[in-house]
Amino acid sequence: MIFEYAPAPESRDVVDIRPSYGLFINGEFVDGSGTPFKTINPASEETLAEVATATEADVDRAVQAARKAFGVWSALPGSERAKYLFRIARIIQERARELAVLESIDNGKPIRESRDVDLPLVAAHFFYYAGWADKLQYAGYGTTPLGVAGQVIPWNFPLLMLAWKIAPALACGNTVVLKPAETTPLTALLFAEICQQADLPPGVVNIVTGAGETGAAVVGHPDVDKVAFTGSTEVGRLIAKSVAGTTKKVTLELGGKAANIVFDDAALDQAVEGIVTGIFFNQGHVCCAGSRLLVQESIAEELMASLKRRLSTLRLGDPLDKNTDIGAINSAAQLAKIRELSDSGEGEGAERWSPACALPDKGFWFPPTVFTGVSQSHRIAREEIFGPVLSVLTFRTPAEAVEKANNTPYGLSAGVWTEKASRMLWMASRLRAGVVWSNTFNKFDPTSPFGGFKESGYGREGGRHGLEAYLKEIS
Amino acid sequence: MTASSNASLRAFLHGLPGVDRVGADARAAMLSTRSIKTSAKRQAIDMAISMVDLTTLEGADTRGKVRAMCAKAVHPDPADPTVPSVAAVCVYPDLVAEARDVVGSSGVKVASVATAFPSGRSTLEVKVSDTAFAVAAGADEIDMVIDRGAFLSGDYLKVFEEIQAVKAACGEAHLKVILETGELATYDNVRRASWLAMLAGGDFIKTSTGKVQPAATLPVTLVMLEAVRDFLAVEGRKVGVKPAGGIRTTKDAIKMLVLVNETAGPDWLDPDWFRLGASSVLNDLLMQRQKLTTGRYAGPDYFTLD
Repeated sequence: MIFEYAPAPESRDVVDIRPSYGLFINGEFVDGSGTPFKTINPASEETLAEVATATEADVDRAVQAARKAFGVWSALPGSERAKYLFRIARIIQERARELAVLESIDNGKPIRESRDVDLPLVAAHFFYYAGWADKLQYAGYGTTPLGVAGQVIPWNFPLLMLAWKIAPALACGNTVVLKPAETTPLTALLFAEICQQADLPPGVVNIVTGAGETGAAVVGHPDVDKVAFTGSTEVGRLIAKSVAGTTKKVTLELGGKAANIVFDDAALDQAVEGIVTGIFFNQGHVCCAGSRLLVQESIAEELMASLKRRLSTLRLGDPLDKNTDIGAINSAAQLAKIRELSDSGEGEGAERWSPACALPDKGFWFPPTVFTGVSQSHRIAREEIFGPVLSVLTFRTPAEAVEKANNTPYGLSAGVWTEKASRMLWMASRLRAGVVWSNTFNKFDPTSPFGGFKESGYGREGGRHGLEAYLKEIS
Repeated sequence: MTASSNASLRAFLHGLPGVDRVGADARAAMLSTRSIKTSAKRQAIDMAISMVDLTTLEGADTRGKVRAMCAKAVHPDPADPTVPSVAAVCVYPDLVAEARDVVGSSGVKVASVATAFPSGRSTLEVKVSDTAFAVAAGADEIDMVIDRGAFLSGDYLKVFEEIQAVKAACGEAHLKVILETGELATYDNVRRASWLAMLAGGDFIKTSTGKVQPAATLPVTLVMLEAVRDFLAVEGRKVGVKPAGGIRTTKDAIKMLVLVNETAGPDWLDPDWFRLGASSVLNDLLMQRQKLTTGRYAGPDYFTLD
């Protein structure tokens, strides 16, 4: 019997989007000096709001505000800073629905994910680092904050990346100037309101919006002591160049081309779920996405059949529908990039497959896509696609799996699926990746450090290790 | 697959892919977030009603109680003829004749538990004659229990042969094999027991007797739905699934239907292939159905007790 789920849209009424937004500097919303830009809903292409562009002069004002606040903030006892962070965490929980809806509208991700993954993790991150604020002397990285942190974050997890950046910085006593991505500024600006609501001292958190030039101004400002960036390897390289020769401390969390490795003794139904979570979670807009599936050849056929059957049940459409699994691609530019790389996959001889899947007429959409017959030399096996596109390769022996998995300039994450514990450990010790997931994928927790090897960046975020990036080294 | 010895059965059953508990729990939890509203809810409620095996399995059951339950099974809401009948009534063997008499040719099936229900601790001879008695009394379906002691001790052949013998005693009647998953402890065991029951000829695999906790949890039902899906692909025979025990609310029932829809697929969304072993859920389904029709909730006094 056919069982169609009726539309079950989450209400937009919980969130009040203003027609225009300014910059958040020194605890107040102020006008930007640059030409304002529009942020749109990628699922419908409707304009959501006009957002200020921060020029170099605006960024300078923000850095000055942060510098001034640093004196006050860093002088507070850790237990006092913790109170603010706990307060922010609680307000985030209270306003979680509002934030989740806004995130889905501005980013295109399904409400199920913003509600069940992003927001709980955002609050958890603030709670976790609030707990560290008065215990820094036990962390082993000293207790002296760096000063002003310039932070530039991507559009794939706008609020979660903000939390990853701001929570540890503030816990350690730093102040921040943060630039959200130009396609997803709205939740960061709502977070600015939350800072006001929490009575956070002015200047401790400053949010400047704009495109790449604004980001460059934040990173390049001479009075910034610390640069934290999450985004593409390309921009990461530029940042590394621009801070070379300065005393700025840098952490970069960049791209990935992670291998998700399935052995023939894996729990196959759960492995299929892990493959789906690995590459189709958040439309594949995940730096640690399991974009390369390495499957042992003896089960390749069976696993592909199961995977295709499972992908046929994915529900693509309105991000605000509570039953949507795959939302919209974040921007026209990203969609063009995904299309270009996918076409190159076909051009290079890989076989392309997507489930029958109607795409909405308006907005930016790409169907879940699987490429089989992929070889190591294909671009779709080398380059980060950052979309719902899976490249499938096979292997025969564990050694071959390791070799193929490591044969990439990236090294952010990997997943291994086997019921054999000894093989799991053997693999984990050989994979050159910052995170190795064992019989799971794309699992995040504030207590667990996260970061890359090789061109996936340096520095760790999350966990006790995440404090190191925001404290002066003990000499 | 030849079931000639414990060794060959073990080799087969332990060669099935394992079940990762964390992953299975997460998948079931994710599916339980599906939001079934308006027209979909209406369809789901009627589908669920038509899949209910309305059950009474108490030592204190009376002929009167069984007759009342059977009348309700045929016309769950006497005031609203658009409400479908349930799939079956489920009673102890000595009450089968009573049930048969009431449901008559309404299309509602009579199911009977058998084989020393609920523990299954008796001789094969007793189990077979228990089955034969229920079938002779007019049962369309037999819900047998497996010997969990034998299964857990690794005596798969004993379980296999008992199911075969009971199946033979069923004749035309359909055989549901109760695994009592609450006693099997691991999802790996649930998967193995599912395959064992299907290989031995069961027409349905059923989670629980309702006498042991936990009973029909979502992850256990998920694992069993995967088993019937895979069994059809490998062996070419379709087997039904019946979660039983602990399904009390419309929400519980709808979660089960979502699980079926997205695991075994819509082909199983049919009373011939999916049943809900329950009793109290029926009134909640009726209540929610009336709410959708009238926009108001009626109090429990407006629905018959049994």
